[in-house]
Parts: sequence; C-alpha cells; structure tokens
Amino acid sequence: MSAPENLSSPLGLLAELTHRCPLACPYCSNPLALDQRADELDAATWARVFREAAAMGVLQLHLSGGEPASRRDLIEIAAAARDAGLYTNLITSGLGIDAARLARLKQSGLDHVQLSLQDVDAETADRIAGYHGAHARKLAFSRMVVEQQLALTINVVVHRANISRVSALVETAAALGAGRVEIAHAQYYGWALRNRKALMPTPAQVAQAMQEMESIRPRYAGRLVIDMVVPDYYARRPKACMGGWARRSLNVTPSGRVLPCHAAETIPGLEFWSVRDRPLAEIWRDSPAFLAFRGTDWMREPCRSCDMREIDFGGCRCQALAIAGDAAATDPACELSPLHTIMRKLAESDASTDDDEYQYRGRSAAELAIAIPVR
Amino acid sequence: MPETTAPDRPRLAPGVRLHFDQTRNAWVLLGPERVIETEGPASEILRRCDGTRTLSQIVDELAALYTAERAEIEGDVKDMLTELVSKRMVV
Repeated sequence: MSAPENLSSPLGLLAELTHRCPLACPYCSNPLALDQRADELDAATWARVFREAAAMGVLQLHLSGGEPASRRDLIEIAAAARDAGLYTNLITSGLGIDAARLARLKQSGLDHVQLSLQDVDAETADRIAGYHGAHARKLAFSRMVVEQQLALTINVVVHRANISRVSALVETAAALGAGRVEIAHAQYYGWALRNRKALMPTPAQVAQAMQEMESIRPRYAGRLVIDMVVPDYYARRPKACMGGWARRSLNVTPSGRVLPCHAAETIPGLEFWSVRDRPLAEIWRDSPAFLAFRGTDWMREPCRSCDMREIDFGGCRCQALAIAGDAAATDPACELSPLHTIMRKLAESDASTDDDEYQYRGRSAAELAIAIPVR
Repeated sequence: MPETTAPDRPRLAPGVRLHFDQTRNAWVLLGPERVIETEGPASEILRRCDGTRTLSQIVDELAALYTAERAEIEGDVKDMLTELVSKRMVV
C-alpha cells in the first residue's frame, strides 16, 4: 500500500488512559464532558494500540489522563508500552503512586516521569489544584522518583495566579532533582476557556515572565532543560500547534476515539474514528477528522499564500474555533488574522478583572468548601 | 554561566536511550520530548557512551573503526558530546 505524499509517520501518541482524576485544575485539558469509567479501553486493547503505533513509526508514548494512576492496571499498561518498544513517559499528579507501585513501574520499563506542580507553595498550589494536601504529596512523590533514579520532568501550567513566580518554579524543579522543566502558559480551550477570566495574565506579567525565563536560562545550562510553551494571546505569530494537524502525533481518548489533538472534540462536525472499530494506521491515514486539516489544502487566505504555511500550519484549529467561531480560519494569534486585535483585547479585558473564582471540573461549590479551606 | 565539557566517562543521561527506528531505518536518541536522529558516526559514538568506556577509549575505537586521524576524531567526538551535554542528553 502506498502512502499519500503528504502523509508522514507520527512520532508521538498521547494515551489518555482515563478521565478520572483527584485534582480539578481550572485549566484541565480534558473535555468538559468526560468519558465514563465503564467506557474505558481495557489493558489488552491499549496493548494492541501500542503495537500498532510502534509499527507506524511512533517513538514516544505519553501515558496520561486524567490521572493515569487511577487505573488499577497501570503497571500492565506500562509494561505493554515498553514491550512495544515505545519510549514511555508517565504524565501524573503523583497522587495514587506509592514507592512500591513506582518501583514496579520502573521494572516494567518506564522511561520517564512528568509531574505537574501548580505553584511553589502549598496554599496557592492546592487552591489551583482544587485538592487540599496535593502539593505536599507531589513533593514527596518527586523525591521517590529521584530516589529510584527515574528521569523527572516538572511541568507547571502558568497563569495569573502563579506567573509572578516563574523563576522560583524553575528553581524548585532544579532543587527537586528534575532534569527538565516545562513552563507552559495555559492554553485556552475546554476548562481553561471556561476559566479564562480568572486565569489570564496581563501583558506586563507575561513580558516580565518571558524576560525572567531568558535571564535565568544560562544558569541551568547542562543541568536543567527548560522548555517553554508560549502564551498565544499575546503572541504575534501562532504556534505550529501539534507540529501541524495530523502530521506528527495522535491522541487516543479513554474510550478509544482517536483525535489529532486533545482539544479536537471542541470542533463541531468532525468525525472521529475509534480504535475499537479500526486499526490505528487506517485511522491515521483516512479518518475524516485527520483529513479535515491535514496539509495546506484546507487553508484560506491569508494562510493559503503565506510563506509560513508549512512552518506554523496556520496555528491552532481549536483556537480559531474558540475565537473566530470557524475552525478553518487563521489562528487569531497571528497578526495577519483580522481578529488578532480582538483576541488581544479579549485577553487584556479578562486579565484586568478581579474575578479569581475558578470553576472546577467535577466539584460543586459545597464540595470545594470542604476540600479547600479558604484562607 | 557554567561551561559544558565532554565528560571523562560519558553515558546517556537518565531517561535517554538509543533506539533503532525500523520505520525510518535510523538510530534515534530518545529523551523527554526529544527525538534526535543520529547518522552513522554519531550512533557509533553514542553506543559507546556506556559510563564504563573513557572518552579516550571511545576516540581510539572510532579512529580504528573509520581508519582516521585520532586528533580529528577527538575533536568531532568532543564537539558532539559537549553539544549533547548542554542538551542534557549525555552526562
């Protein structure tokens, strides 16, 4: 079978093993409507998906969620990933993994652990996570990861409540023994879009954070890799979202739907295929959702004739939908978009509010009052 | 700013491994959010970064393998490893 010319082999697979999670972060990347536990793929199906992914050229697998440790069969799943030859990264909150379970994960061949932190100190971190005591447990987990000589990345999603502490967050990652830190500005889809007013930083805060990051970077050379996810709303040009739609990676939801990116289901009218019904390679090649924005044929102006079209691929489809109301529009993060100024004004307006109340997934106000003692 | 140099007994950093990619028919260095495709000599160097061989041994072996000037090989090996140390792929 010959592949179409514009079809490349994917490099990465994000496996959302479950949408269950003890935390309720207000920027959660999971959809507003979560897959139910009863619908989750079993370990044998995941093992088949991993083998198919490896055969297609996928090199890196991210075991994610929700909280992947919510799955009782996580060890079995991780072992299947490594058996398939995939570089296996566990993306976790650390909650639900004790030293013994971590040791078994390591034995099963896990390559790397990515742990999220919400802030540098427990009080604000726990408020953001919507879970009292989470921060202390995360720190304890990070020590276990380092003690067991597993490679550790610390990931921090950055927004108005913690952006003034980016330097301290990087230093915390270094002090915990991480080899890499990801400072990721919140991406406003799903839950983060719903909480945008409470999350959006001001342009001055963003500029200050970017400057701090550049000035501290040399200090950590060879010791800590620092990766940044840029803040779209204040950018001049869009990011190459996912390295281009349906070009480098795929995402499998807990119930088996295959998406070009984790937020793709926010786009109405896309038809997603499931690993329950079809082999992964066929879905990658032919599924309507993957074909919808693969390559450059779908583009209109100003993208269509732009010199950057195969560099940024028109930016992010989900963001185009969220702001322009049209997933095929130019990402308004681009200064060539007619909506670029409007997007920036939206951000500035949200950032200037005093509204710091989060809407947490799966939490009623009454539950939160118990979970999070208010100052 | 701390200078990075090639280590005396280089090894792949924790969480980094060398993998033969059958689809692309190439050795790749895999790390957290990193895929580095390596060409012939680079993969020969990386396969020897096992934490037991010294830098000098690696240079000797490469010089023999490619029947090349030791001094020239030494420069190439050091440059490559220094670069990978700064990316924290080698320690």
